[in-house]
Amino acid sequence: MKKYEVSAIKEGTVIDQIASRSTFKVANILNIQGIDQVVLIGYNLSSKKLGSKGIIKIEGKLLTQEEVNKISLIAPDATVNIIKDSEVVEKFKVAIPDSIEEFLKCFNPNCVSNHQNVQSRFHVINKNPIRIRCHYCERHMGEDDIELV
Amino acid sequence: MISLKNKDIISILDVTKEEILYILDISKRMEEEGSSDILKGKVLANLFFEPSTRTRLSFETAMKRLGGQVVGFDELGTTSTVKGESLRDSVKIIEGYCDIIVLRHFLEGASRLTADSVSIPVINGGDGASQHPTQTFVDLYTIKKVKGGLENLSIGFLGDLKYGRTSHSLAYAMSNFGAEMYFISPPSLRIPKDYLEELESRNVTYHEVESLDEVSSKLDILYCTRIQKERFSDPVEYEKVRGVYKLSKFVMDELDVKDDLKILHPLPRVDEMDESLDDTSYAVYFQQAHSGIPVRETLLATVLGAIQ
Ligand SMILES: Nc1ncnc2c1ncn2[C@@H]1O[C@H](COP(=O)(O)OP(=O)(O)OP(=O)(O)O)[C@@H](O)[C@H]1O
Ligand SMILES: [Mg+2]
Ligand SMILES: [Zn+2]
Repeated sequence: MKKYEVSAIKEGTVIDQIASRSTFKVANILNIQGIDQVVLIGYNLSSKKLGSKGIIKIEGKLLTQEEVNKISLIAPDATVNIIKDSEVVEKFKVAIPDSIEEFLKCFNPNCVSNHQNVQSRFHVINKNPIRIRCHYCERHMGEDDIELV
Repeated sequence: MISLKNKDIISILDVTKEEILYILDISKRMEEEGSSDILKGKVLANLFFEPSTRTRLSFETAMKRLGGQVVGFDELGTTSTVKGESLRDSVKIIEGYCDIIVLRHFLEGASRLTADSVSIPVINGGDGASQHPTQTFVDLYTIKKVKGGLENLSIGFLGDLKYGRTSHSLAYAMSNFGAEMYFISPPSLRIPKDYLEELESRNVTYHEVESLDEVSSKLDILYCTRIQKERFSDPVEYEKVRGVYKLSKFVMDELDVKDDLKILHPLPRVDEMDESLDDTSYAVYFQQAHSGIPVRETLLATVLGAIQ
């Protein structure tokens, strides 16, 4: 078996190329504290592409589409590697969807979506850096305003 | 062929340049032709969750002058909202009583939510700080009338550019016509980044300055807005700003401006424009106010499909 900076897993998912500062936000999205399988987190590892990156390896886990979408918003460079028998069997880069529903909260306290029982909805107007526009109030949010729910 | 039948008028971002020009052309016809009965048998529901006498009356007048009828409310006291009914439920029920809804609401995005919930057309009569598109059509109509066209104008926006939604949506609309824009405001009331981003994505040339005299000689149009005292946490700051952004005949005489500069204001004014300005050749804001009827007649008639 190859030697890794963060050790190997047998079956599961490796989220690689996370910008360092987003590592623990990604961990939060995946609700890692609630997982009872092995989880390995690498932080501030050196990376040719990003300078400094984070990596999260979770034994026995496959990401849902919603989790991938969420990760794309805070770690747009991340790659997802699916591991079987200790080998990478599938690899893809997360992709920011063109519109986002449900898991984001509009940061505008006067927005109708924060007062009525409606699903929030956003249109992505720029992917890198991320800028999204609320479907309702039309205010723009960037990386720092994005609050996942 | 342009048709606005069943279109919701929620945000100026949803309207194309061709649609804007179409609406302005028909507005001109409406103004020339006066009353008719093309909306006979149609009912407008004016749903004003936040009071606004002027917008409500102008829609009511427009509807009646075209032969239609109006129902509605302008205060929350008598509505089911006070009993806790959701906006979506309210408008879904009201949809069955009428052919078109004009909505004013204190929550931003309430018009979009309404439009998404009902199948009849919805016109945004102003929702929170976000959009007030019918005012923008009135502004565009006035600019086209006094300038003979909309292309390649230099337009200054003066006053509260942070909260002034009419400036925001006029800037969006004018971005279709190659306008160069000057945003003139105190630092505390600068136009939000969101709007500048949107303008950049439409390749608009714009400048942000603090005083009118820096740019006055460049302007074809000066769009003034109210500076509201409530926006300031510090009354001293308000007094400072108020003095600097006040226009009068005297101020205009001192400024270097084009002879055919025109000054617009969505009204009501507080004291950012002195009455001495009213009789100058620059002032077109009363004319602008009177355009409210033909423009709203046009919006009602086109989305109801009475004009195709
Ligand atoms: N069995 C495993 N257990 C844990 N991590 C693994 C395993 N196999 C691969 N990885 C990790 O998954 C990521 C992708 O592995 P891969 O072998 O494709 O590396 P790579 O060629 O550097 O790919 P990339 O260009 O995506 O960085 C790497 O960070 C690697 O450390
Ligand atoms: Mg690698
Ligand atoms: Zn919103």
